[in-house]
Amino acid sequence: MNGNGATLATRPAPLGLLGVLATVGMLFAAFTAAYLVRRTAADWRPVALPAIAWANVAVLVSSGAAVEAARRTGRGPWLLAGLGLGVAFLGGQLLAWRDLAGRGVFLATGPHGSFLYVLSAVHGAHVLAGLGALAYAGARPAALGTASAFWHFVGGIWLYVLVVVSVL
Amino acid sequence: MIESSGHEGGHEAPRGFLRRYVFSTDHKVIGIQYFLTAVVMALVATVLAMLIRVQLAWPEKAVVAPETYVSLVTMHGTLMVFFVVSLALVSGFGNFLIPLHVGARDMAYPFLNMLSFWVIVPGCVLMLASFLVEGGAAAAGWTAYPPLSALGKAVPGSGLGQTLWLLAMALFIASFTMGGLNYVTTIVNCRTRGMSMMRLPLVVWTFLISAVLGLLSFPALTAAAILLLLDRHAGTSFYLPAGLVFGNETLPHQGGTPLLFQHLFWFLGHPEVYVLVLPALGIGFEVIAAFARRPPFGYRLSVYSILVIAVLSMIVWGHHMFVSGMNPYLGKYFSIVTVLITVPFSVLGLNLIASLWRGRIRLDAAMLFALGLVSAIGIGGLGGLYLGTATSDLYFHDSYFVVGHFHFTIGTVTFFGIYAGTYYWFPKMFGRRMDEGLGRVHFWLTVTSLFPMFLLMHYQGLGGLLRRTYDPTVYAYNAAARGLNLSITLLAFGLGAGQIVFLVNLFRSMFAGERTGENPWQATTLEWTTESPAPHGNWRREVPSAHRSPYEYGRNGGAEDFVLQSAEKA
Repeated sequence: MNGNGATLATRPAPLGLLGVLATVGMLFAAFTAAYLVRRTAADWRPVALPAIAWANVAVLVSSGAAVEAARRTGRGPWLLAGLGLGVAFLGGQLLAWRDLAGRGVFLATGPHGSFLYVLSAVHGAHVLAGLGALAYAGARPAALGTASAFWHFVGGIWLYVLVVVSVL
Repeated sequence: MIESSGHEGGHEAPRGFLRRYVFSTDHKVIGIQYFLTAVVMALVATVLAMLIRVQLAWPEKAVVAPETYVSLVTMHGTLMVFFVVSLALVSGFGNFLIPLHVGARDMAYPFLNMLSFWVIVPGCVLMLASFLVEGGAAAAGWTAYPPLSALGKAVPGSGLGQTLWLLAMALFIASFTMGGLNYVTTIVNCRTRGMSMMRLPLVVWTFLISAVLGLLSFPALTAAAILLLLDRHAGTSFYLPAGLVFGNETLPHQGGTPLLFQHLFWFLGHPEVYVLVLPALGIGFEVIAAFARRPPFGYRLSVYSILVIAVLSMIVWGHHMFVSGMNPYLGKYFSIVTVLITVPFSVLGLNLIASLWRGRIRLDAAMLFALGLVSAIGIGGLGGLYLGTATSDLYFHDSYFVVGHFHFTIGTVTFFGIYAGTYYWFPKMFGRRMDEGLGRVHFWLTVTSLFPMFLLMHYQGLGGLLRRTYDPTVYAYNAAARGLNLSITLLAFGLGAGQIVFLVNLFRSMFAGERTGENPWQATTLEWTTESPAPHGNWRREVPSAHRSPYEYGRNGGAEDFVLQSAEKA
């Protein structure tokens, strides 16, 4: 019950989170649409994904597991582990970019490579936001439910992106 | 409860000028900040429009250079759609009204709300600064189609001006997204006791649906803009096809398709029309109910129509692209769904008209603009039928018929909504009334110039006059239609003069208007149960509960012909 005793005072956080997820989801849907249109052009040559991309997936999934453990147990070390693995994922993504560049695949080399860079960069920005949210939840445990839900969503988005860029 | 009845969530009334009026988290202050920002941007956008009209009326004088003219057209559209109507109508009135209407002390996320305003300010500055950079402001149209927008040297405005345009739009989207999140959560989660969804004032329904539409459609423009920036600055080829020649040099791009940008842009662009038009209709419902002393006709039907419009508006974007080279079968589909949207829209229009039936109508300035809004929906919607049908659009596309059409819909309906809302809620914003006589002068100057002006543009379009043409005298086929240009320009001057009356009235009334009490219009919704202007926290006493529908007009007869929504049932 909050101050004035008159407001419904349900918690706005779950709905606010849903709004964020919807708008972020639509962003990646729009990129997917662009991807599907662009890949029909004659100059589309798929680029092999860097091997480290799959290791990065493992890091991201374990980070999600650690954050989930933190949410269920309320223990700080799990959260720290989740944060550390999230940072490690971003480092791994940078290594993946170096791998691409080492093979001569730069941002403007070809359309598939362009999408690999763009999608991982846009996703990386959301990972940064997620790390910020987790760090905030470290200081304010009440926010951990919302922050971890966003973190799982960001992880799920990356699995989705990988399926798009490797299967389609 | 008594000890905390004044404030909620630690949201104390701030002291000091900066915290109260500049970096405020109070939704009412933020709403007014948005509104005044929109007024400034509107002044700039109106000056641009006048320059366009001067050039068209006297092309032989060459008042502006050709490359400047395309910048004027681009920036007039961009500013009006995103930085005037969006800011005043959705961000301004949305912020000001939603908590007052639903019975909350503030938005769900007050800090996010403040942030959303302070993100749009640099957006406005960047947009205006683009006039001052080398090459001038963006010149690829408000739709920013590539290749014109993607090649830095295509026209002078394609340089730094276009980059600033994209950055300012990014800030606008960020601001609008934060606002939308606040609207949805506040309306759904922070309603007062008894305020069921079906007791919400219709304007709150329109803000809710418009916020959802914004959250779902704006990301498409974000994605489009990111890819466009990369095509411009990083050498990628998302939109740029092979074989583009610039000067004597063939550009290295290959494989991209400009159509992709058009699809992404209009996936936002069309819902954006409804993001803006729906709240204007919502204001129309509120004002017409209060000044016809009748509940709006068909409340539930209106709510369902708004929902149907929202769904349809997300799947009709291709009707902007009938001549783009899109698959003709797709055009057929887009035609059908576009014409379908007239059904729920007509329901809303007819409900607005039916709300007048047997009302005791008071023709105050707010009501005059609400009625003007209804007629603009009618005329705009009629023109829309010809443009939504692919076969006739092939002829009308890019003609002045289109210009006249969208100025009636996204131009007039929204502006009249803003004006009706301003005259109606000004007492709640500032505790004073706007001058009624000046308000009527404003209305009559506006309608007598605006309606013939945009109607004549329809005729010009029928005659084949193309939009964005710098000098219509150079093409023989424009000879018949261009004669109307002088009349249209003179009407535009009249329209401009009418808006000066509004501005004088607005700023004079803020300081010298007649003071008003809680409920100057004898209206029923919750914002009229608190003092004018509403204090920090909205109600000094407890937040009122909702005990009945928001529109209990014409109930008792006599002078007290209304019952407040917060009045308990006997």
